[in-house]
Amino acid sequence: MENLINIFVKSIFIDNMIFAYFLGMCSYLAVSKTVKTSTGLGIAVIFVLGFTVPINYLIENFILKAGALSWLSPSMADVDLGFLSFIMFIAVIASMVQLVEMIIEKFSPTLYSSLGIFLPLIAVNCAILGGALFMQEREYANIAEATAFGLGSGVGWFLAIVGIAAIREKIRYSNIPAPLRGLGITFIITGLMGIAFMSFMGIKL
Amino acid sequence: MTEKEPLLSAKNLKLLREPLGQSNPITVQVLGICSALAITVQLKPAIVMTLSVIAVMSISNVVISLLRKMIPPRIRIIVQLVVIATMVILVDEILQAFAYEVSKQLSVFVGLIITNCIIMGRLEAFALANKPWPSFLDGLGNAFGYGLILIIVSFFRELLGSGTLMGYQVIPDAFYDFGYANNGLMVLPPMALVVVGVIIWVQRSKNKDLIEQN
Repeated sequence: MENLINIFVKSIFIDNMIFAYFLGMCSYLAVSKTVKTSTGLGIAVIFVLGFTVPINYLIENFILKAGALSWLSPSMADVDLGFLSFIMFIAVIASMVQLVEMIIEKFSPTLYSSLGIFLPLIAVNCAILGGALFMQEREYANIAEATAFGLGSGVGWFLAIVGIAAIREKIRYSNIPAPLRGLGITFIITGLMGIAFMSFMGIKL
Repeated sequence: MTEKEPLLSAKNLKLLREPLGQSNPITVQVLGICSALAITVQLKPAIVMTLSVIAVMSISNVVISLLRKMIPPRIRIIVQLVVIATMVILVDEILQAFAYEVSKQLSVFVGLIITNCIIMGRLEAFALANKPWPSFLDGLGNAFGYGLILIIVSFFRELLGSGTLMGYQVIPDAFYDFGYANNGLMVLPPMALVVVGVIIWVQRSKNKDLIEQN
């Protein structure tokens, strides 16, 4: 249990998707104009990461990894489908996004209408594929750890986008040099936020 | 039949040149930031990444452009993803075979070329509506524009952060004897964002058309 909390906190603050790895930067910059829309997108990302990382974990460990197919028959023990992982992961993500969209539409129309257009956009958000690939690289021991990692990364992304959106709402009133307005200053603020987030480094539970 | 256009007509050259400055994918179109920032600590991985993106982008642009009349519009995103993913797998396998060290350094970012918005964006915006040759040039131009920023950022980060270029020390020892110290901050991830911010600043103060209205 302690281990799970450790992974969760670590993926929120230390290995933050945006400040440490710059994943999901495109939608982060494009959608962070107001707090309201960025909250919607952030929740959708938590949702999708929390689902896709464990599913991709199962696929990785029972189908793709070297020797993973040995549960089918002992003769398959030396099959290595690792080279297919990119294409499998992206297919899982695209179909999961579609599925999550349908489920939310059915059970919670209010949430659906507030997430709206952001759900389909998430399929090409690098944070999601990045989550799957980091999961593969770090070789988590079981599915619970992978889920903790997925949810933690999602929450980290959510915090980052809501934070920058709040700052951008305020910064509209300040006098920034004209060439720096908009994109330029957003980059620099994100950099400063990243430096602030680095102070979490070394925290262990 | 209209007269055949020369291969490098003015219009085609424009496709190649514009993404380098005026419509640069990173600083103006805001595409493909994710991978651009993470691998710019040193010059070498940045160059390898640029080459990979050039390969994936120009070839997948041509493939999609050849297929453009056959792809049903409703499933075009999946078709595009499959084409890109296939190309990326090829690049990844080649890197692992011939440049293992660099491929380890790039870690997940080779795979992330799949979701690099530049590639999807150019396929959507250009290759689906144009002939193979202009699409090839468009892909090449945008990949070069992307690579240009990558190389500028990594040049400054490696030079100021560790005093080397391509792994060779360029700042003479005498400087260090006089008390010059490497700026450790440059090696940390957040500085990549600040460097890109400064590049945008410089570019926009040179080219007033790009300034955003607040």
